[in-house]
Amino acid sequence: MADTLTRPTPETGDGPRPDRPGAVSRLLALPLIWPLLALVVLLVVNVIATPTFLNVRVQDGHLFGNPIDIIRNSAPVLLVALGMTLVIATRGIDLSVGAVAAIAAAVACTRIVAAPDESAASTAILASTAALAVCLLLGVWNGFLVAVLGIQPIIATLVLMVAGRGLAMLVTDGQITTVNNDAFSGLASGYLLGLPVAFLVALGMVGLTAVLTRRTALGMLIEAVGINPAASRLAGVRSRTIIWTVYAFAAVCAGLAGLIIAANTNSVNANSLGLWIELDAILAVVIGGTALTGGRFSLAGTLVGALLIATLVRTIPNIGIPSEANYLFKAVVVVTVCVIQSPRARAALRVRRPAVAKAGAAA
Amino acid sequence: MSTATAAPASVSAWDRVRTYTPPSRYVPVIVTFALFLGMFGVGGLRYEGFTDPQVFLSLLLDNSFLIVLAVGMTFVILAGGIDLSVGSVLALSTVIAAKTLEMGWSPYLSVAAVLATGVLLGLLMGLLIHYFDIQPFIATLAGLFLARGLCYLISVEAIPINDPTFSDWAFKSITVGDYFIGWTSIVALLTVAVATYVLARTRFGRTVYAIGGSESSAMLMGLRVAFTKVGVYVISGFCASLGGLLFALYTSSGWSLNAVGMELDAIAAVVIGGTLLTGGRGFVIGSLLGVLVLGTIQTFISFDGTLSSWWTRIAIGVLLLVFVVIQRLATRRQR
Repeated sequence: MADTLTRPTPETGDGPRPDRPGAVSRLLALPLIWPLLALVVLLVVNVIATPTFLNVRVQDGHLFGNPIDIIRNSAPVLLVALGMTLVIATRGIDLSVGAVAAIAAAVACTRIVAAPDESAASTAILASTAALAVCLLLGVWNGFLVAVLGIQPIIATLVLMVAGRGLAMLVTDGQITTVNNDAFSGLASGYLLGLPVAFLVALGMVGLTAVLTRRTALGMLIEAVGINPAASRLAGVRSRTIIWTVYAFAAVCAGLAGLIIAANTNSVNANSLGLWIELDAILAVVIGGTALTGGRFSLAGTLVGALLIATLVRTIPNIGIPSEANYLFKAVVVVTVCVIQSPRARAALRVRRPAVAKAGAAA
Repeated sequence: MSTATAAPASVSAWDRVRTYTPPSRYVPVIVTFALFLGMFGVGGLRYEGFTDPQVFLSLLLDNSFLIVLAVGMTFVILAGGIDLSVGSVLALSTVIAAKTLEMGWSPYLSVAAVLATGVLLGLLMGLLIHYFDIQPFIATLAGLFLARGLCYLISVEAIPINDPTFSDWAFKSITVGDYFIGWTSIVALLTVAVATYVLARTRFGRTVYAIGGSESSAMLMGLRVAFTKVGVYVISGFCASLGGLLFALYTSSGWSLNAVGMELDAIAAVVIGGTLLTGGRGFVIGSLLGVLVLGTIQTFISFDGTLSSWWTRIAIGVLLLVFVVIQRLATRRQR
């Protein structure tokens, strides 16, 4: 996969443009073109169903409209997917992120409720910091199981996935804890410069990660570990430290996502908060073109993937289908993306391009 | 083993018992069995009535669907895969059963429809995994979403089941003296028996172990890899829908939010039962014991009364951790 290392760095989320006119095939070969096209198709479908779908207006001093809602709702998935991208790049996977998000929310909310001044901004900051510290510990634990004990990532993180919600229930004592703190709820419903704070936080994390991985050697080292852990160790890469770091990072991202979800409802239900968010995050990562086999990753792809999922979730009720059915469409997206990515389907497509529809059945 | 035949003939019967070591492949199952017995013993010492045989029989009754799920999962994990969709397929089965009965179908037709759906979903996932080289994890993830989405499409609300034949099945039991064992538990035990036979005595079963050991070797040996690999997912789908039927009988309803996260319980039961997660080693009977261990934890907590329900999840997580670490250390030593 050496060719992927030399591709132009797609740090910006907007669509790459062909530098020569008429280079359609060149355009189609760009890594992010398919998810972006899917995003555009979804938006077009929405506009056909509701012509005013893309309208954005200013209300109460901030932007307001469906696109703003979409980017706001995409923040938790984007955050979780960001951590997941780096984990998957090392050929791992983190199933525990949903449980970690629930634990973070549980810790933050119980601390805010227990604080002497429940509505103070400092209370919210202290509680959130404590929650993220707990997440860091949980991530270190995952990293220990994977990097030191050498347990398969899917199994190692399964342990915390199973036990995590129990731990979150333990923290909240099985209650749905409700908090009343403006600074905390501002994390989800607040606006800065007219844009939702939640999305800005997520985007900031993406930007920070992009700088850290693409402007330093870190990204390349992560990819090296993903391609061949043994060889990278022999080449002097501290693969153990790197694996440890990405799991800790993923857990902190998940914790941040958990805080945003809790702030959105001003409450935490340890049983349902962040349920299946790990699957949404993996979906976002896969849509973004990061291979589950590790060795390469695309942060811009993950950004597009998260936006695509948030748009999909918004589209379903907009075109008159019960919103619970969005799982059905996610399944279709997973299968389509994976079949397109699978080498065998690609080979079949290349040999007989006209028979695209039949190629799958014949393979 | 050649060492067994080379042993001197003049050992006494006692010596043979004293120096007996079970074949290493049975050790994990024996450990789980000992754990189960130990937990039951501790329960018997701490709580009155814990050792009553009816407690054990209700353990089978309350976990019959999980036993069936774990059997299907054992096939998949033995072949080196994983199936995340079983919980959702179980929920879908309860919803289909409830909906078709509500529409006035005959119960037999309804059962057939449920099982056919499970088999079809399993077949689709198996085909995706084998013919498109999609990782089992991600293909069955799609299955999870698909089945859950179909549930919601059929009905968001819970549907009660009032069919007389169905209720008859649910409450039918065999009484032996003072104790009774439900039909659903017998179905679950029958599934375990059939699966044990298939894995130990048929060509298909051996191919499952071979693929789990090394897929490329199995391919080079000329075994029917494609058929078997798709087959294990079909079996898992079938087991999930059968488990769904048992669940529908157990709760007398169908609901799209049933069994959220039950795939985790099934995987945990299989791992605690001593099946190697990388495939190729393990027994169905271990998975049965694994489910019983999980069920005993639940019984423990309900007998105690002071412990909260979430301790179940934590205890399962800790057990899972212990077994995974032991497995890891054991396989590392063998290398």
